[in-house]
Amino acid sequence: MNLTLKVWRQKNEKDKGAFVTYQVDGISHEMSFLEMFDVLNERLIQKNEEPIAFDHDCREGICGMCSMFINGRAHGPWTRTTVCQLHMRAFKDGETIVIEPWRAKGFPVLKDLMVDRSAFDRIIAAGGFVSVNTGNPQDANCLPVPKHDADESFSAASCIGCGACVASCKNSSAMLFVAAKVSQLALLPQGQVERKQRALSMVAQMDAEGFGNCTNTGSCEAECPKGVSLTHIARLNREYLMANIAE
Amino acid sequence: MNLEQFINSSLGRKTVMAATGLFLCVFLVEHLYGNLLLFFNDGGVAFVQYSHDAVHSIIIRSIEVFLFVAILLHIVQATYLTRQNNNARPVKYAVYKVGETSNWFSRNMGITGSLIFFFIVVHLWQFFLPYRITGEIGGEGQMNVAQAVKLAFQNGWYVSLYVVSVAILSFHLNHGFQSAFRSLGLNSRKHAQLLSLAGSFFAFIIVGVGFASFPILFYFGIAGSTI
Amino acid sequence: MTKLNSKIPEGELQTKWTKYKSTVPLVNPSNKLNIEIIVVGSGLAGASAAASLAELGYKVKCFCFQDSPRRAHSIAAQGGINAAKNYQNDGDSVYRLFYDTIKGGDYRAREANVHRLAEVSSAIIDQCVAQGVPFAREYGGYLDNRSFGGTQVQRTFYAAGQTGQQLLLGAYSALARQIGKGSVTMHTRHEMLDVVIIDGKARGIIARDLVSGKLERHFGHAVLLCTGGYGNVFYLSTNAMGCNATAIWKAHKKGAFFGNPCYTQIHPTCIPVSGDHQSKLTLMSESLRNDGRIWVPKAKGDTRKPNEIPEEERDYYLERRYPAFGNLVPRDVASRAAKERCDAGYGVGASKMAVYLDFAFNTLRYGQIEANKHNIHNPSKEELVKLGREVIKEKYGNLFEMYEKITGENPFEVPMRIYPAVHYTMGGLWVDYDLMTTIPGMYALGEANFSDHGANRLGASALMQGLADGYFVIPYTIGSYLSTDIRTKAISTDHPAFVETEKKVQEQIDKLMHIKGTRSVDHFHKQLGKIMWDKCGMGRNEKGLTAAISEISTLREEFWKDVRIPGGQDEMNTELEKAMRVADFLELGELMCKDALHRKESCGGHFREEYQTEEGEAKRDDDNFTYAAAWEFKNVGEWELNKEDLNYQVVHPSQRSYK
Repeated sequence: MNLTLKVWRQKNEKDKGAFVTYQVDGISHEMSFLEMFDVLNERLIQKNEEPIAFDHDCREGICGMCSMFINGRAHGPWTRTTVCQLHMRAFKDGETIVIEPWRAKGFPVLKDLMVDRSAFDRIIAAGGFVSVNTGNPQDANCLPVPKHDADESFSAASCIGCGACVASCKNSSAMLFVAAKVSQLALLPQGQVERKQRALSMVAQMDAEGFGNCTNTGSCEAECPKGVSLTHIARLNREYLMANIAE
Repeated sequence: MNLEQFINSSLGRKTVMAATGLFLCVFLVEHLYGNLLLFFNDGGVAFVQYSHDAVHSIIIRSIEVFLFVAILLHIVQATYLTRQNNNARPVKYAVYKVGETSNWFSRNMGITGSLIFFFIVVHLWQFFLPYRITGEIGGEGQMNVAQAVKLAFQNGWYVSLYVVSVAILSFHLNHGFQSAFRSLGLNSRKHAQLLSLAGSFFAFIIVGVGFASFPILFYFGIAGSTI
Repeated sequence: MTKLNSKIPEGELQTKWTKYKSTVPLVNPSNKLNIEIIVVGSGLAGASAAASLAELGYKVKCFCFQDSPRRAHSIAAQGGINAAKNYQNDGDSVYRLFYDTIKGGDYRAREANVHRLAEVSSAIIDQCVAQGVPFAREYGGYLDNRSFGGTQVQRTFYAAGQTGQQLLLGAYSALARQIGKGSVTMHTRHEMLDVVIIDGKARGIIARDLVSGKLERHFGHAVLLCTGGYGNVFYLSTNAMGCNATAIWKAHKKGAFFGNPCYTQIHPTCIPVSGDHQSKLTLMSESLRNDGRIWVPKAKGDTRKPNEIPEEERDYYLERRYPAFGNLVPRDVASRAAKERCDAGYGVGASKMAVYLDFAFNTLRYGQIEANKHNIHNPSKEELVKLGREVIKEKYGNLFEMYEKITGENPFEVPMRIYPAVHYTMGGLWVDYDLMTTIPGMYALGEANFSDHGANRLGASALMQGLADGYFVIPYTIGSYLSTDIRTKAISTDHPAFVETEKKVQEQIDKLMHIKGTRSVDHFHKQLGKIMWDKCGMGRNEKGLTAAISEISTLREEFWKDVRIPGGQDEMNTELEKAMRVADFLELGELMCKDALHRKESCGGHFREEYQTEEGEAKRDDDNFTYAAAWEFKNVGEWELNKEDLNYQVVHPSQRSYK
């Protein structure tokens, strides 16, 4: 198939950036979206042009590194899919595809389609953990956890930190990301001791990073490759409110 | 509780939005109750009495203060949050198909809210202010409140504005109601569906059908014949 | 022989580690505050080591090439993590885990290390649960287990098909906590490009900031390499695109011996290559072989659709060849059998390089069980299929979805097509019992070292080893080195050794940037991958390996003459990053072939076609090859072999049979 790609090119963080149009032909339906980019880059190199920089690593939908805004959608048209799992079957011959980086104040563009998501790391460092040193914790089976809680906690923990929630949200809100971590630990007995402080610190850091506010539109849930649910956002709100009341 | 920290946090502001929003919902129910008195076939006596009591009751008048504070807070916070949200994405997307992942009304509460505010101003100008200040409506004590309502609803333009505004309010509430519960953390996976249904019922049936029924029924002469 | 001192403690196998822990020299808390440790890599081994050492009070600097430490490829592990908890009361014990691992490794691992691994395995689960890792649980609230290949007990802990992700996020959160405290300084998007040696000791690294392109010097009293395996030397593998051998290779060239480079694990169930554009292979969990039957058509070059081929014309070759274990033979055996069928012309799919993994039989079987359960008498076949699919979906739903996304085929309708793919490298930097390489002060942890899996790794053991090394081994063993180093003040990065090493790195970058050839880095990488896969992959022989060695060396020369890297070096340049990694793969590939050539036996993942039994099974030569090969770098293309004899005091090597 033949495609027209409009790709955002930006030399570095300070550069203004602009769209550049590329024609690519001979693309197979079996290729993944990123493999289509590999083909394009290979051709750019042959022409002695700089290849397009984009983040990617595991290419099996779990590392959370890939991040492209394709035709107006985070990770492209398929739901519950990362860019690396998106395949060219999703597109038609002759189609024009517009590819942009994640856009948010909290995610500055580093180059082309690469953004800096270190804000997420700082939010986790603010409280997204259980303060237990390596050593001799009690036996793992000392604290039974109801299966339902464990499953719910796991569903929150399956967040891959890709940032699609922020990218798709009209407010660039990071609530789903923060909610996933707060929720995961709030549901487990291990997370109880620091439960209140965790919610307070992580929300404070989230606000400091310049993300927008949640207006419950649900775009984040719809675009999340792992289907992390909005109910975790409700839980974060509850945790935060309770923490403030108790404080 | 560190109130300053809470109020200035993103979630604190959302809590204020939610709490004031729900408070205003309660007011709507109360308002609807009063309006329903218009449907009594008593020549508007109950409604006139109700309006009179409302103006002269010290309790209602103090709640009124809260009401205006709530509206003010709701608007101020909304403006602040909207500005902050716009700043959170300095460079916009060239193509942004957010419509595929969320509902238009959920994303444009600011627009629907502003329209509702405009209607509130008109509405207050029409009924509330004159009555509140002079204790009379329609000038020179010729009409009681019920008659004033009936008169207003003879005007096709006003009826249309009223109905459209109520419709907008319904959509605003359809998102706002369940959203407020989520912002207050009163939502779980189990109840999400139920809450969303309850929200729609409240928005479209109670508020929507409820309020829109007055101008329509009055305009077509189905109600208010004894007034 | 004297060059290698494995420093295995004296005494009974069972008491070695306990005794070691009680007698190892310590560094007192106030001295720890002045000691800096560099950790390269942030996967299970790196993150757990960095966090644990920082908790102890050391000043830690951690480096990763990704944008966040949470992205390391440990995250992609699906199946689970082994631990000798014996929660199932099915006879598991530390000894049994130790024994299974030694046997699974085809008797080519060091007993003392493996026993220590088995000993600390339980504590790993405790630690992870304490961190809030949401492992799968039973209805009673207790931890659930499942079974994995090569064992007879249920000792695998898991979190759906995302165990690696959950464990890594646990270690990452521990690391994040230390970053928040300021006791770990995290350097993301940084790649280590060389190690700095001062007075024979590892004292720092040269790293490149991948965003600005600037070279940086970092001092450390000790350097830990936790940089994973080198499976990407094959170009196509289940590794992440960025996985590379540069850190360990640079260490190797500075004096760290490379252990058993030829031991590569080829995983039997991966989605096959669909064309030349393929960039990466995706694993389908080993657990699928519980319910999937593997077959090829009995007739050569049969082009009918799989569902049109009648039962009697199908060859369930694993069940035919290995009646005792059937479809559940170990990974190395299953992989070789698939290759044998495809090479003989029975392969399926467009490329003819795939076999079927068919769930139809067990779908019906489960359907029947469900029908019985629900008292449905004389169900139609459609009903059975419907009921059975529900069961299969419950067990493997996410894998089926992933397969369908990639191939566009629904595995409920047509059998999966699978083929073996490079998955893990058992080889790595040679380390002693302390996990120290032959460079004093330089350690290798996790997949980056060679220590625990011998010639073949069992499923669910990689996660165990990475975390064991980082949480429970290195915090003790590093003390034995650092306790002698407390008087060493931080060395200025203006020290001539730093300046000199940075200059060398700069020269390499300059050289690469000035070639301005005609071919892309990927072109060379793909070529190398093809040589390696064809000649040093599942089946190896003297002729092929000899040819591969000379082909690789030719390719390397071409690379250094003709590679093209657009862009500049003082900016983000992904092609330059790749070029530096491939330059190292081009040297490493040759060593792998050399090692494979010298090991004139078949064991585990290393199958030399000349050394097989009459039935085509691997034939070990314990008399001549019961040793770990540790290669010492002399010059590019030139190595000296050192041998560490493996003394089996407790386990007695025997032939593995699955017939």
